[in-house]
Amino acid sequence: METLNNKSVNYKKVKSIKKIFSLTITYLILIIIAIFLAGPFIWLVSSSFKTGQNIYTMDLIPHPFTLANYIGVINFISIPKYILNTVIITVSGIVLDVVLASLAAYPLACMDFYGKNLIFSALVSTMILPAAAGLIVNYLTISKMGLLDTLTGVIIPGAVSVFSIILLRQSYLTVPRELIDAAKIDGASEFKIWYKIMLPEVMPAISTIVIFDFIGLWNSFLWPIVVLQDPNKYPLATALKYLSGQFNYKFGYVAAGTVLSIIPVIIVFLAFQKYFINAVAGAIKG
Amino acid sequence: MENKLKKSLIAYLFILPAMIFLVIFVFYPIVASIPLAFYDYSVVGQSKFVGLANFSRAIHDHEFWVSVENSILFVGVVPPLQLLSILLAIFVNRKIKGISFFRVLYYIPVVTSMVAVSITWGWIFDPHGLLNTFMIEHGIFSKPISFLNDPRFALLSLMFITMWQGLGYYMMIYLAGLQSIPKELEESAYVDGATRTQTLYKITIPLLKPYIWLCTFMSILSAVRVFDVVYVLTNGGPGDATMVTSVYQFQKAFTDFNFGYASAIGLLVAILTTALSILVFIYGGRKGGMSYY
Repeated sequence: METLNNKSVNYKKVKSIKKIFSLTITYLILIIIAIFLAGPFIWLVSSSFKTGQNIYTMDLIPHPFTLANYIGVINFISIPKYILNTVIITVSGIVLDVVLASLAAYPLACMDFYGKNLIFSALVSTMILPAAAGLIVNYLTISKMGLLDTLTGVIIPGAVSVFSIILLRQSYLTVPRELIDAAKIDGASEFKIWYKIMLPEVMPAISTIVIFDFIGLWNSFLWPIVVLQDPNKYPLATALKYLSGQFNYKFGYVAAGTVLSIIPVIIVFLAFQKYFINAVAGAIKG
Repeated sequence: MENKLKKSLIAYLFILPAMIFLVIFVFYPIVASIPLAFYDYSVVGQSKFVGLANFSRAIHDHEFWVSVENSILFVGVVPPLQLLSILLAIFVNRKIKGISFFRVLYYIPVVTSMVAVSITWGWIFDPHGLLNTFMIEHGIFSKPISFLNDPRFALLSLMFITMWQGLGYYMMIYLAGLQSIPKELEESAYVDGATRTQTLYKITIPLLKPYIWLCTFMSILSAVRVFDVVYVLTNGGPGDATMVTSVYQFQKAFTDFNFGYASAIGLLVAILTTALSILVFIYGGRKGGMSYY
C-alpha cells in the first residue's frame, strides 16, 4: 500500500515537472516571437534617446542618455500641427463613413425596392477591382473641384467605403424582423425605425468600422502625397517620409519623429485593444 | 405595385448621400480611366487622341514588364508564406496566464503606419544597422550586406517587411477561426488516438478553410497593391530591382505627369488582377470556402 502511494506521488511529481517544463518552453517561444514582432520598435525607442556617436550600437539602454533628438525634431518640424492634420483627416473620415454607410446599408438589408440587386452587385464588384485605377481620375476630379492641396481634398474621396456598407448590411440582416414589423404596426416611419431601432442593434459593427477606419486613415500615405503640395498640411505618415528625406543621415531625429508618430496610435490601440481584437473577428463573421 | 414604388423612393433617399460620393469617386474613375488611356493627356494644354499608342508603348516598355514580374513575384511569395500565421494562431490559442498580453504585443506592427515600419526596418537593414552589426560581431557575415541596395536582396527584404507587418493581422483572423471550432471535435480526435499533427491536418486545417481563403484573398490583393514600403525604402531601385506596378504607375502619373500612359498601365494591371481575383474567388467559392459575402 505504501509503495503504491509513493509511486503515485512520484508520478504526480513527474507530471508536474513535465508541465512546468512545457510551460517554460511555451513562454520562451512567446517571448522570442515578441522580440521578433515588437523588438524593432523597442530598439527604435532606445535609439531615439542615444547620441549621434553611439546611435548604431546595439545596446538597449542608451548611454549616455539624451533628449536632444526629441528637442531637435520638435524644433525643426511642428509635430502638433501634423497631429492636428491627422486628427482632422481621421475624425471627419470616420464620421462621414459611419453616417453614410449606415444609412445606405439599411435599405440594402431590410427593404424591397427596384434596383436593389443591381446596386448590391455593383458595390461588391468594386471591391475586386484594383484601387490604383482610380488614383489619376480622382486627382483630376479633385483638381477640377479646386480642392488640390486642401484637407477636404484628402478626405472626400474616401468619405464612404464599400467595405463598410457591405459589413453593415450583413449586420442589419441579423436583426430580428419582428422588431421592424412591430414598429411598423405602431406607425413609425422608415427613418425613425432606422434611427431608433436598427442603429442601436448594429453598434458592434459600427465599432468595427470605426476601428478599421481609424487605422487606415491615421496611417494614410499615398493619397495625401498625391493631393497635398504644402508639407505643412501633411498628415503624420506623410510627414514622416518627408522628415526621413530631410535628415537622411540624422537617424536620431528620424527615430524620435517615428516614435512620436507611433505613440498616439499605440495609445488608442492599447486603450481599445479588446474592441480591436473583436473588430477583426466581427468583420469576418459580418 | 404603388407600394413598392413608394418604398423604392424611400430606399433611394437612404442610399443617395453615399451614392453621390460613390459615383464620383468609385464608379466614375473605373469608367473614366479607360478613355484616358487612349489620350496623350496634358494637364495644361490640349489633350490629343493617340489611339493604341500608349498600349503599344507599354508592351515595348522593358521597365513596365520588370514591374509586372516583380509584382507577380510579390504575389507568388508573400501570400503563401503568410499561411505561417496559422501556426502562430494555433500557438497563441491556449489559455495560459498573460497570453492576451502577447497577442496584443504581436498586433502592434499592424496598427503602426507602413511608413514608420519601413523606416524602422530600413535602419535595421542598413549596412551600419542593427542586423549587420550583430552578424559581423558574431562572425556570421565577414562584411556588411546592403540589404536594400543590393539587387539580390532588395525585393526579398521588402517582401519580408510586408509579411512581418501582416503576421499579427492574419494571426487574429485565424484565431477567430480557431475559436469557432467546437472544442469537442479536437478532443474526440485525441481520444480516438490521433496525434497532434494528425488532428491539425485532418480536423483543424479543413475547418479553417473559409478563413484560409479569406486571408489568401486579402493577402493577394494587398500584394498586388504594395506601395508604401517600396516607395519609402527603395522607390523601385536599385536599378529597377524592386519596381512594382503600383510604384511604376505612380511615377509615370505624378512624377512625369504622363496621365495617358499611366492610365494605360493601370488598365493592363487591372485586367491582370481582376482575372486573378476572379480566379481565386471562384476557386475559393467552389471549394466551399468563402462564405464572406
